[in-house]
Amino acid sequence: MITRALLTDDRTGKWFLAIVLGLAVVVPLLHLVVPPSSPFHISTATLALLGKYLCFALLALSLDLVWGYCGILSLGHGAFFALGGYAMGMYLMRQIGTRGVYAHPVLPDFMVFLNWKELPWYWYGFENAWFAFLMVMAVPGLLAFVFGWFAFRSRVTGVYLSIITQALTYALMLAFFRNDMGFGGNNGLTDFKDILGFPVQANATRAALFAASAVALALGYLVARAIVASRLGKVLVSIRDAESRTRFLGYRVEHYKTFVFTVSAIMAGIAGALYVPQVGIINPSEFTPANSIEVVIWVAVGGRGTLAGAALGAVLVNFAKTTFTTGFLAPYWLFMLGALFVLVTIWLPKGILGTLYDFWARRRPAEKSAAKSETVPQPAE
Amino acid sequence: MGRLIRLLLLMGSLLAAGTGVPQQAAAAPEDLAAGLALIAKDSFNDTITGIDAIARSGAPHSAALVGALQDRRLLIDTANQKVFYRDATGTVRDAQSNDVVATPPANLTAVRLNNRVRSAASAALGALSLMNPDPARRIQSAQAVMKSRDPAALPVLEAAIAAEKLPNVRKELQLAWAAVTFSKSDAPLDKRQEAVTLLRDAGTRDAVSVLRSLPADAAAPLREATTSAITSIEQRLALWGYAQNIWYGISLGPVLLIAAIGLPIPFGVIGVINMAHGEMVMLGAYTTFVVQEFFRTSAPGLFDYSLAVAIPLAFLVAGGIGVGIERGVIRHLYGRPLETLLATWGISLILQQAVRTTFGPTNREVGTPQFMSGAMEIGGLVITWNRLYIVIFAGLIFVGLLLALRYTPLGLHMRAVTQNRRMASSMGIRTGRVDALTFGLGSGIAGLAGVALSQIDNVSPNLGQSYIIDSFLVVVFGGVGNLWGTLVGALSIGMANKLLEPYAGAVLGKIILLVAIIFFIQKRPRGLFALKGRAVEA
Repeated sequence: MITRALLTDDRTGKWFLAIVLGLAVVVPLLHLVVPPSSPFHISTATLALLGKYLCFALLALSLDLVWGYCGILSLGHGAFFALGGYAMGMYLMRQIGTRGVYAHPVLPDFMVFLNWKELPWYWYGFENAWFAFLMVMAVPGLLAFVFGWFAFRSRVTGVYLSIITQALTYALMLAFFRNDMGFGGNNGLTDFKDILGFPVQANATRAALFAASAVALALGYLVARAIVASRLGKVLVSIRDAESRTRFLGYRVEHYKTFVFTVSAIMAGIAGALYVPQVGIINPSEFTPANSIEVVIWVAVGGRGTLAGAALGAVLVNFAKTTFTTGFLAPYWLFMLGALFVLVTIWLPKGILGTLYDFWARRRPAEKSAAKSETVPQPAE
Repeated sequence: MGRLIRLLLLMGSLLAAGTGVPQQAAAAPEDLAAGLALIAKDSFNDTITGIDAIARSGAPHSAALVGALQDRRLLIDTANQKVFYRDATGTVRDAQSNDVVATPPANLTAVRLNNRVRSAASAALGALSLMNPDPARRIQSAQAVMKSRDPAALPVLEAAIAAEKLPNVRKELQLAWAAVTFSKSDAPLDKRQEAVTLLRDAGTRDAVSVLRSLPADAAAPLREATTSAITSIEQRLALWGYAQNIWYGISLGPVLLIAAIGLPIPFGVIGVINMAHGEMVMLGAYTTFVVQEFFRTSAPGLFDYSLAVAIPLAFLVAGGIGVGIERGVIRHLYGRPLETLLATWGISLILQQAVRTTFGPTNREVGTPQFMSGAMEIGGLVITWNRLYIVIFAGLIFVGLLLALRYTPLGLHMRAVTQNRRMASSMGIRTGRVDALTFGLGSGIAGLAGVALSQIDNVSPNLGQSYIIDSFLVVVFGGVGNLWGTLVGALSIGMANKLLEPYAGAVLGKIILLVAIIFFIQKRPRGLFALKGRAVEA
């Protein structure tokens, strides 16, 4: 019912949810039920790839929530994604049990290898799925809350905030590369066996993980939509367009920003947690600043401030990446990605979906006046 | 090399023999005779004892004898038990008298060698070269003796000290003497105490390792003196260690300064953080590489001047590309700083990949001119010349920029646009042109930074990436108000980095620094030196 209320004037949203949930049903079926000989069969590799795209789409969605609606350009969202991934990775590591190379009942292989005698305290509890899944949300959320609290309270904005978020993910990357942090150093966490008692590699588990990613994306969309469609969402947009004016009107800008930043980080963390079992590894390279910036271009391509567009952009860019990084075009992929950054910012500032909206609005003169009143006001400061 | 040394030795001994001046009073000809008699037996053990005796004898040609032994030029007349040697010119001489033998006996055989004999010979030669006429050689052999602490060298050492005239060589000899005497357990106690004093005053790491070798059963006063000497030396070394760290910090600062100083000017004028700044640095470094390749192939003699060509060229290349970027891309994105950030990031990816496809992904070799290689030592402080030159270079760029902003028309226009773009425009300043030139200037300076960094870092497509985050932090910390902010930012971050390193390790130090800066930004969101004025908040 709430869903219906949310979607009453959100035609894109209806389409988006229909497609995502449709995928959640159809793709696992095509993988499990349709025989491999059939042209409609989806192979394990393709399934994993599609699952990865969905996780990236959720990550892009979370970034769009802060960047598209609140004007916070975070160049460190990859950090929240990776932290969620690490929390999940820790759970999966603890599920290996004695099946590791060293067959230690408690310690993961890399700890035995590094001569650790006992589990560090921050690994406690990760053998329980509920605890790990809580941490998937709590760790990125808490970091975002603390970071946002400090940054937004002292009014660090614009380019400064972007650079500081970049420094944040860079610092985390350096930290996680250290062996004595207890997160597996530069090898990261890998060689997973079970998730919730099911073998990670099994086809049915993969199909379930894919479906879970699709459902998570749909839920993420609904949450984001609920936020932006509410009164709070209006305040966020006004912060994006005229921060000082919003503050002068009496809104506690920093509270709104911290709230939306934290929600977004939690969404990114969930995306990371779903990503890890599907690709089978998490390592510190997920923290590299370049990764986080790449997320921004997904959103920019799809259309910032459109939610569904961000997800679309993530899938499109990553599809292009998979296509072009294999085969003879591989050396030119970075040229293409670089050009994408430049061309999209200059010629497609609203992204694919934003441009389409404009086009439709022009096609329907009846709605034109309504659309016009909603166009972004020019900040007067 | 070894051959040359021996030749020198030989020349020295010949010279001494020729002038007929007895080289040392302590010469003991009977040792020479005994030694030669032993060698004549041609058994390994006797040869070794013989070598020691010859070295002890102090005969002017003893070095030549040992050298000849090493080269299988020491010859025995087995029938008469007499020893001869063939000198470097091939003339056969009598080993005892060093006289030329006109008709050498027919059946001469070379003294046999094994590894033990060889090592005994080279130890003896080390001791003997303490008498070498070349002071540098004497210092070298004194240091060698200090390392080996061979008690057999003691008499030669003492003789050498007595004969030595140059104070610095004398000091080294005395140090070697101290090391040997100290380690010799049957040496008189007062001599060993004296040795401790000498070692303590020398205060080097080698001296500490000599002092540490004292066995636990040594006499109590000696042990006490040794312990106190070790502590005193270590304190001194620790002080020099701090000084060295401070120098590292001081010299890292200018590296960061040079990498970052091109960032804040465009940021102030256009409000743009150039994510491709690191790639401009990289282009500067590759320009240096290309220039040096050109010099290597066409004018190897002028290689030392290659940097003089590379510096202006790097400025022009990077600056030109900077102007191109501004006119081609950034101009279209004014008023949208975040989009500009993304666009320049895209450009940085393109430039990186372009360099990777052109020059390959691996490190490229950039040479250092003669005058910039090597190091100088001040006490315990080692200062490499290239670092020192970079400090000077950074200082010159800083002052140059400061003057350019202050006294040139372009500088005036830049400051005007920074303060109030619309007002400046109304006053007839062509803001578009100022923007382009500012961006070009910032990029050109990044190119200069590339020349400097090519001297201390690997020239690879990732060169820029490794400095870019540090540069951003310098700018964020220092603020964009004026160049002094960048200076203070770079120096303090460089210093903090190097001072944290010994305690926390390189990586953890960096993490601490990053977190500290994140917290610092809470207090001063616009950095230490913020732009002032109403336009800032826009």
